[in-house]
Amino acid sequence: MNPFATEIHKQSRRYFFGKSATGLGAAALGTLLKSETAHAAQGPHLPSTAKRVIYLFQSGAPSQMDLFDPKPDLENRRGDELPSSVRMGQRLTGMTAQQDRLCIAPSIYKFQRHGESGASVSELLPHTAQVADELCFIKSMHTDAINHDPAITFLMTGSQLPGRPSIGSWLSYGLGKEAENLPTFVVLSSKGSGRPNGQPLYQRLWGSGFIPSEHQGVRFGNTTEAVHYLSNPAGVDSHARHSWLNALRKMNEAKLEETYDPEIETRISQYEMAFRMQSSVPELTEIENEPQSTFDLYGEDAKQPGTFAANCLLARRMVERGVRYVQLFHRGWDQHVNLPKQLPGQCKDTDQASAALVLDLKQRGLLDDTIVIWGGEFGRTIYCQEALSATNYGRDHHPRCFTMWVAGGGFRPGLSYGATDDYCYNVTENPVSVHDFHATLLHALGIKHEHFTFRHQGRDYRLTDVHGRVVDDLLS
Amino acid sequence: MGIPSKTAMFSSRFAWLLIASGIASGPLSADQTIKSVKYNRDIRPLLADACLNCHGQDEQSRQADLRLDRREDVLLDRGGYSAIVPGDAENSEVVRRILSEDAFLQMPPPDSPRQLTDQERAMLLQWIEDGAEFEQHWSFIPPELPTVPEDNTGWSRNEIDRFVLRPLKDNGLKPQDEADCRTLIRRVTLDLTGLPPTRKQVEQFLADTRPDAYERLVDTLLASPQYGEQQASMWLDLARYADSGGYQGDIPRTMWPWRDWVIQAYNKNLPFDKFTLYQLAGDLLPNPSDEQLIATGFNRNHRINDEDGIIPEEFRMEYVVDRVETTSLTWMGLTMGCARCHDHKFDPISQEEFYSFLAYFNSVDEFGRGYGNAQPLFYYDPETQAIIERIDRELIELGDAAQGEYQKLIDLKAERDEVLSKSLTVMIMKDLPEPRETFILDRGLYDSPGKKVEHGVPAAILPLSKEVPRNRLSLAKWLTDPQHPLTSRVAVNRYWKSHFGRGLVSTPEDFGTRGAPPSHPELLDWLAVRFISSGWDVKALHRLIVTSSTYRQDSSATKEQYLRDPENRLLSRGPRVRMRPEEIRDQALSASGLLNSKVGGPSVKPYQPDGVWEEMVAFFPEYNQSHGEDLYRRSLYTFLRRTVQPPNMNSLDFQSREICQVNRPTTNTPLQALVLMNDPTYVEAARVLAQQTMLTCPSSSNDELWLTDVLERILIRPPTCDEIEILKAQLHQHRNDYRSRPELAQRLMTVGESPIDSKMNPVELAARTVVVSLIFNVDEAINRE
Repeated sequence: MNPFATEIHKQSRRYFFGKSATGLGAAALGTLLKSETAHAAQGPHLPSTAKRVIYLFQSGAPSQMDLFDPKPDLENRRGDELPSSVRMGQRLTGMTAQQDRLCIAPSIYKFQRHGESGASVSELLPHTAQVADELCFIKSMHTDAINHDPAITFLMTGSQLPGRPSIGSWLSYGLGKEAENLPTFVVLSSKGSGRPNGQPLYQRLWGSGFIPSEHQGVRFGNTTEAVHYLSNPAGVDSHARHSWLNALRKMNEAKLEETYDPEIETRISQYEMAFRMQSSVPELTEIENEPQSTFDLYGEDAKQPGTFAANCLLARRMVERGVRYVQLFHRGWDQHVNLPKQLPGQCKDTDQASAALVLDLKQRGLLDDTIVIWGGEFGRTIYCQEALSATNYGRDHHPRCFTMWVAGGGFRPGLSYGATDDYCYNVTENPVSVHDFHATLLHALGIKHEHFTFRHQGRDYRLTDVHGRVVDDLLS
Repeated sequence: MGIPSKTAMFSSRFAWLLIASGIASGPLSADQTIKSVKYNRDIRPLLADACLNCHGQDEQSRQADLRLDRREDVLLDRGGYSAIVPGDAENSEVVRRILSEDAFLQMPPPDSPRQLTDQERAMLLQWIEDGAEFEQHWSFIPPELPTVPEDNTGWSRNEIDRFVLRPLKDNGLKPQDEADCRTLIRRVTLDLTGLPPTRKQVEQFLADTRPDAYERLVDTLLASPQYGEQQASMWLDLARYADSGGYQGDIPRTMWPWRDWVIQAYNKNLPFDKFTLYQLAGDLLPNPSDEQLIATGFNRNHRINDEDGIIPEEFRMEYVVDRVETTSLTWMGLTMGCARCHDHKFDPISQEEFYSFLAYFNSVDEFGRGYGNAQPLFYYDPETQAIIERIDRELIELGDAAQGEYQKLIDLKAERDEVLSKSLTVMIMKDLPEPRETFILDRGLYDSPGKKVEHGVPAAILPLSKEVPRNRLSLAKWLTDPQHPLTSRVAVNRYWKSHFGRGLVSTPEDFGTRGAPPSHPELLDWLAVRFISSGWDVKALHRLIVTSSTYRQDSSATKEQYLRDPENRLLSRGPRVRMRPEEIRDQALSASGLLNSKVGGPSVKPYQPDGVWEEMVAFFPEYNQSHGEDLYRRSLYTFLRRTVQPPNMNSLDFQSREICQVNRPTTNTPLQALVLMNDPTYVEAARVLAQQTMLTCPSSSNDELWLTDVLERILIRPPTCDEIEILKAQLHQHRNDYRSRPELAQRLMTVGESPIDSKMNPVELAARTVVVSLIFNVDEAINRE
């Protein structure tokens, strides 16, 4: 009935702590939720294959036909008009709606089949190609939105409209805390070399919507300190802070004597947790202590904070320490024009570190219960935006098909799932909607998506809204 | 008859259920009470939760052609049997289904996530046995003035108290004693102005021996300009007010003149019906004043998409839907948005009614892609109008053509920014000369129009006269019709919540059938009717609430008292509420004397960690932090970028202002501790307060006097002996530490931009700063209690 302690959250936490009446601090809440989850797993919920997620979001929409879904025969139709029998009235964005022609722009990149699975991967992603047997490619993703903002919001929250909790918030709420002294849901971001200022981020992508905001993602900064306000002010050292916190605790305990309010107890423990974070977060982010072999694996970029590679390495360090959900954003994948000038850079930013993360997790025995996801918010059009030449082309937004890959956590390695038509335009086999993807992801984490709800304004909301089906074929 | 003859299994289970749930009559122990089952209290929420998804008013998802939310439907003869036979549970098909163990018959079906408990089955049985009476949902019945109960105890100061006292007694509780004067002045001043009382205010109040000293204080606070700021800062959440567009580019916009209108409206005590009328339809009044036009900015505060290449009509429809959702949630506490794609599952709003309501907002003279301040606009300077309208025409034409004219696009936007940076505009409502036609949209999609609809309102709430014109003016008047069952209740409940932290209806965001029933239904209705008959006088309502004995109770409780009423649902003590981030910051600025009390004007950019905007946004990424006095404006003037909120407010449950938000959750997290310990805002306030108080208590030989002064400025009370000991020890330790490492003291002085008195001893100042910061961090300081 209440798989994820919904009751606890529906009631005020004051009431909850009051009822338990044993002076629990907030840290205990996580433990309770964990035990609730364990309890739930015996009931309606499932034995989980995965415990945590690293989502390598490629913001802007990588071109599926240039990276994963080759259509070599299209070279014969270079420059031809996209047949209307293929387009079938699909709406166009304002950027190509007025274009006289929608010319076929075949990919100029070479593809090879890799590994035992024989997965097709573009020459732009040589490292990814090497781990192809670890990856589960979904070539038949499709979405409803055709513009970035609603499409990314849809993928991250299950709705194109703002106000819904993000995936990580749902998991923080549902699965509870694993790391004592670190946030449950962390967000990392990096800029792409293809379009350094493209693809802004919006806080709602890791917001908690109507779920209490303690479940929102904590974005780690790149340029200054990781967590806002983590460091003591200049002139206050850790020694002074420790004594200060002791005095604060005494003051708050005196207050608690006078006014029984369990929130005071919670506050006391949250200040102590904050103090512990002041050392656990720097310990986490000190990647310079990693051996050179790590940087050989992830690439030298990983030494540079704020790069995608450094963030992948951080993500590994986070899941090692029990962070439940790490959301990376790599920006700049929006190749409307000049694709051949931009795409190789974007690939170079991400290829080695993405593959390294999968390998590294595997070596450390973490891949079995960690899900790694790689992909953008929609696909790109086979037809050219602006002028097509032998060496240059661009592609507009395309919601009807795109490719994502998933590794670990019970997803079937070496699988290429779904197919698209000759024009990489429509899904012809095994379509996977965004809701289906979410349902499958939750399933791998031991959660039945139809049963995982939060009541808000009289309605029981789900990550999958009223849709979604678990794609069993994707799971081993 | 469709029901198999009575079986032994059936009757025994039936009897067992009734006994198990304590509903059946029979020998009961003294502490057991027989509760009668009530439709609105017990059955309606149960049906809504477990049955109406498939057997509700939404035709598209209805199964077996069965509706369980209306009496006439459940009584229908379904070929020899009925879903419900009043007074005869055994012959009711519903009962057979909920008791069945046959997977094909069982209801809810075995795979449904919502199953019934035995208690719930028993309640349904009992209700049917009692005659299966349906009742209209309480909130859809217009409030009537109830009789005010008597109170012979002398505790009650006004009618509120007499309504509160009886349920307290019924539950074996007594009101808490009155809070002491210092607690009261802090509570009511924070409550009505969002600021702590000044030392002078406290001294005056303590010295005022007149019997109505407290009422006089309340009147002074209600008359202060800070009252309007505090009220506005709460209205901004509902109005989803922000300083940026909120989509992809999140381009800055200028809506602060509307925000300032709200402040002034509250300060002038504009009656709530007019406050409603001007915001929803000021533009349609005859010869509207500038204020009435600017007020309509309420429904232009929604997000606007600036992304090139969007299909404008798709997003124009989003804005219209947003207005419907915001308006219905703000004034009626209903989420009409559920009916966008299908009939509402629980509340009496059909999909057709949703689109009829939407028709009121569908004729705005607007375009779906908008950059910064989008048309229609109020121009303070008429010359700007021609230039902006010309640029916008070109932008629209270019947006449809886009090809190879990217540079022109950039130039036009730059020109637009340039013009608007020199001349003020604000977005307002303005309808097209001929209204747009409105259609039901299949699955809510802009490109799937179905049946055409006319303007209209949900009939089950209050029918609209056929005579009135079909425009927003009629809609606003309908909302404030004294017979409207929701508007007055929703408004008084929200104002009540602003004082007690909890509404009489604990789900202010949902007055529909799934919302919580009121804790004090008669009090709610009395307040609602009284609010209307007072001429929708908002200040009078606040005055009534804060001068009640209920409000003036001490908020402290023993553990036992607390556990008997943990949520303070029965109002057995005064409110103790975690302050909003705006209030916490403003308190620190005010107590330290840094606060700049200027009212209104453009938003400002106080301290924010480096890189917050730069790492996220694509356009206008530089956060040009304010300097000087603008660093210390009240927090409702902080520049709000929707896609990247001020981090120090965000950690303390500030909302994104992307959509109408009725309820802010209150969480308690380590990130909040980090903000209050380390944000330069608070460190600087501590240093400045230390600096100020050191002037009067320069010598370290009188620490006790100094600590008393500081505590009185922040917590509005002197310290206890224990506190003196704790704080003196701290002061002593930090003094010693800084004395041995004076360079640390120097470094602490670098936090914040306000000047340092160079004559002061940095070691002493640093030690005192650390101690003041401690007092800003105690739980009491961030709670209104």
